[in-house]
Amino acid sequence: MISGVWSCQDNSRPNYQFFPNMYEPVGYEAYGEYEVFPNSQEALLPVKGTIARGYSLYDYDNTNEGYDAALKALKSPLSDNEIDTKRGKELYDIYCGICHGGKGAGQGKLVKREKILGVPSYADRPITQGSIYHVIYYGKNAMGSYANLLNEEERWQVTAYVEALRAELLK
Amino acid sequence: MEIVSKFKNQHSPIVDMKQENSQHPQIKLVFFGILLFSFLFTPLHAQEADPVKGKALFNANCAACHQLDKKMTGPALRYVETRLSEDEGLDREWLYGWIRNSAAVIKSGDTYANKIYNEYNGAAMTAFPQLSDEDLDNILAYTAQDKPAPVVAATSGAAQVNSEGGSGLSKDIILGALAILFALLALGLFLVNKTLRRFAAANGVEVQEAIKRPSLWKAYVKNQFLLLVTAIFFLLSSAYFVYGYFMQIGIDQGYQPIQPIHYSHKIHAGDNGIDCKYCHSSARVSKHSGIPSLNVCMNCHKSIYEVAPSTATEEYSKEFYDAEIQKLYDAVGWDDEAQQYTGKTKPVKWVRIHNLPDFAYFNHSQHVSVAGLECQTCHGPVEEMEIMYQHSPLTMGWCINCHRETNVKVEDNGYYEKIHEALSKKYGVDKLTAAQMGGLECGKCHY
Ligand code: HEC
Ligand code: HEC
Ligand code: HEC
Ligand code: HEC
Ligand code: HEC
Ligand code: HEC
Ligand code: HEC
Repeated sequence: MISGVWSCQDNSRPNYQFFPNMYEPVGYEAYGEYEVFPNSQEALLPVKGTIARGYSLYDYDNTNEGYDAALKALKSPLSDNEIDTKRGKELYDIYCGICHGGKGAGQGKLVKREKILGVPSYADRPITQGSIYHVIYYGKNAMGSYANLLNEEERWQVTAYVEALRAELLK
Repeated sequence: MEIVSKFKNQHSPIVDMKQENSQHPQIKLVFFGILLFSFLFTPLHAQEADPVKGKALFNANCAACHQLDKKMTGPALRYVETRLSEDEGLDREWLYGWIRNSAAVIKSGDTYANKIYNEYNGAAMTAFPQLSDEDLDNILAYTAQDKPAPVVAATSGAAQVNSEGGSGLSKDIILGALAILFALLALGLFLVNKTLRRFAAANGVEVQEAIKRPSLWKAYVKNQFLLLVTAIFFLLSSAYFVYGYFMQIGIDQGYQPIQPIHYSHKIHAGDNGIDCKYCHSSARVSKHSGIPSLNVCMNCHKSIYEVAPSTATEEYSKEFYDAEIQKLYDAVGWDDEAQQYTGKTKPVKWVRIHNLPDFAYFNHSQHVSVAGLECQTCHGPVEEMEIMYQHSPLTMGWCINCHRETNVKVEDNGYYEKIHEALSKKYGVDKLTAAQMGGLECGKCHY
């Protein structure tokens, strides 16, 4: 009999609940499915033409010309004592190290395991802080954009860290 | 056929002349010239160009945008040299120029260069001025190699099927043989028994029946004390199980739903060591960890369109995994052949696993960024999970226990300096647990 009860337990279904009205949310939960939203999908993109608080517009286009312009003209808004190498490293190790490697020599774990190829060493490219930021923002060819994972300030912290790695590699 | 024979006809006179009319100096010279030419060139390409070195160079420089047999950011490059010389009449020099600096070739007004540049929507190929002629020859030698993969795959596949079929067959045979053996044994026993009985009957031996004794069961029913004890025992134990049953209601420990895409944390976070926060990026800064949106997946899966054969296990084949990646492509609307987004998307409906009741508040950034806890303390060995399940009970007792045991990380946190001083004086300790800092107050978790 006991085994009969146990066998009713099925790990691919959620368990029963007492009085679920205290458990189920009344408001809309993140990632929920509600009819008021288009496609019933609660997760939405920001409305076109709006910008979140604390963010600013990015003036360069996602084109080769935009890249060249950013390469030459774009400068970091962070002053020297705002650059936080510790945090830059932490973020770099999460988001970039997996392909570019901890030292930026293009030897991340995915490259070593031959899952992703053609990741350059930072030393081999004539990059500037402007172009690094531009590439984080839009991505470039096989590399995707990291604009939605890092906020503006974090992107500049990572940029500063990449510059430091590059200087280290060029030594 | 015709062409070949014509060719022969053209050639044979030359050979003949060489053998017989050695007085003709002009023809001799031409022939010598051809010989010299082929001497000069064939060895240069055939010997020095090293496809192995070429492969290394290709992987390091070109593979970000090109593959041999598949369109990526740039065109597929297998047999590119033959293709360009046959279709477009472009020679190796053109290729040198293009690879070293494609932008310059395009600017020079070269028709083919502009055509292909526009075909790829003006994607710029990186310039490689640092590659020497030799490097480029090696790369081109690599692209000129025949494709070995499908042959190998096909034969090994066939071999697998065969061996599987073979082993399946032999298993069946063994099982069948065993069944027959057992049947024979049973038959043998039955026959032996029958003959023995016949002997017994013939010899007049009685087979003894068991002697009847007062039954244990009746004695037991008559003993009232024993009955009482048993009744109490049954009541208690069933109460225990009923209580246990009620206490596990609403707890989803071990909940493991089937997700719309078979996404394996073992392969991503375990084998390939991708950081949890790469995908669950909002855990750093918000209440929710979030499930990554599909464009995050595409950061890698634009390039990873299939799994390596070594990733496949006995349970899940390579075809299975590749089909799952295809599901991802269908969901984001990525056409892998054309290397473009089609714009037709259909959102993936992941099934939510961890879910606290609405009346409890839990915040990831407080635990992950402030307290510096590893995801695994709460979510278990995620990097070993082929399929995600809920590791912890997520009960109040579980939260409270940890708050009682875990020290607050006060180092390097200016926010905590004052409160830490005040509280450690109050409790007379120098390390504070989360509980002492207020982690047991109802209002912190219930609102
Ligand atoms: C999925 C692997 C991957 C990840 C993760 C990744 N990159 Fe890249 N990155 C690439 C590849 C591939 C290229 C080569 C792109 C090209 O030029 O074709 C590249 C190129 C670059 C370049 C040189 C671009 C140029 O101007 O030539 C920079 C700078 C760069 N990445 C920075 C970053 C930073 C910063 C991060 C983390 C936020 C990051 N990458 C994360 C794969 C990756
Ligand atoms: C940054 C991405 C990128 C890299 C890296 C790259 N290519 Fe390309 N390649 C392209 C693109 C895009 C095209 C298509 C033409 C265009 O848009 O410029 C192309 C075109 C070509 C062509 C012409 C193919 C044809 O069918 O006409 C050849 C040959 C070529 N690349 C060789 C190479 C070699 C060799 C390397 C490595 C040393 C390399 N490419 C590295 C992007 C790249
Ligand atoms: C490559 C992206 C990726 C990485 C890296 C990753 N995850 Fe996930 N995670 C997902 C996706 C997609 C889901 C939803 C599908 C599922 O539940 O299997 C998920 C689901 C989860 C869930 C269950 C969410 C729920 O519904 O309750 C937990 C917990 C989790 N991940 C923890 C982790 C931890 C811990 C790590 C690091 C060891 C990690 N993840 C690394 C993509 C990722
Ligand atoms: C940082 C790179 C990276 C990201 C981001 C990533 N993957 Fe993967 N994925 C891989 C690698 C590496 C493999 C294994 C390839 C191999 O073994 O050859 C893989 C394999 C797979 C597979 C086949 C094996 C399996 O797990 O069933 C699927 C399906 C898959 N990924 C789905 C996803 C989804 C969905 C996301 C987004 C939530 C995602 N991936 C994000 C790198 C990534
Ligand atoms: C202190 C314990 C704890 C730690 C540490 C923790 N989690 Fe969670 N996680 C939870 C609880 C509790 C929930 C349920 C939250 C809810 O329902 O509101 C949850 C839910 C989730 C979910 C799904 C729902 C959501 O809120 O987004 C994901 C994904 C997840 N965790 C990933 C992670 C990752 C990745 C890490 C490490 C960076 C991590 N968790 C660290 C306890 C923890
Ligand atoms: C692995 C141990 C652990 C588990 C499990 C855990 N917590 Fe915590 N929690 C901590 C620590 C450590 C802190 C102190 C963080 C800090 O420095 O502010 C904390 C702080 C908190 C705070 C803020 C307290 C304050 O004083 O502001 C809340 C709210 C909280 N946890 C809720 C929960 C809930 C709800 C659960 C169960 C779903 C839970 N925690 C499970 C370790 C844990
Ligand atoms: C560390 C966070 C935390 C604190 C502090 C806390 N609770 Fe809870 N409580 C929870 C969580 C999480 C649940 C949901 C448990 C579940 O779903 O099984 C819960 C559930 C409950 C329930 C409902 C039980 C059920 O099964 O429905 C009650 C009642 C409750 N808490 C009362 C209190 C009271 C009273 C206090 C103060 C003495 C308190 N809680 C303090 C986290 C907390």
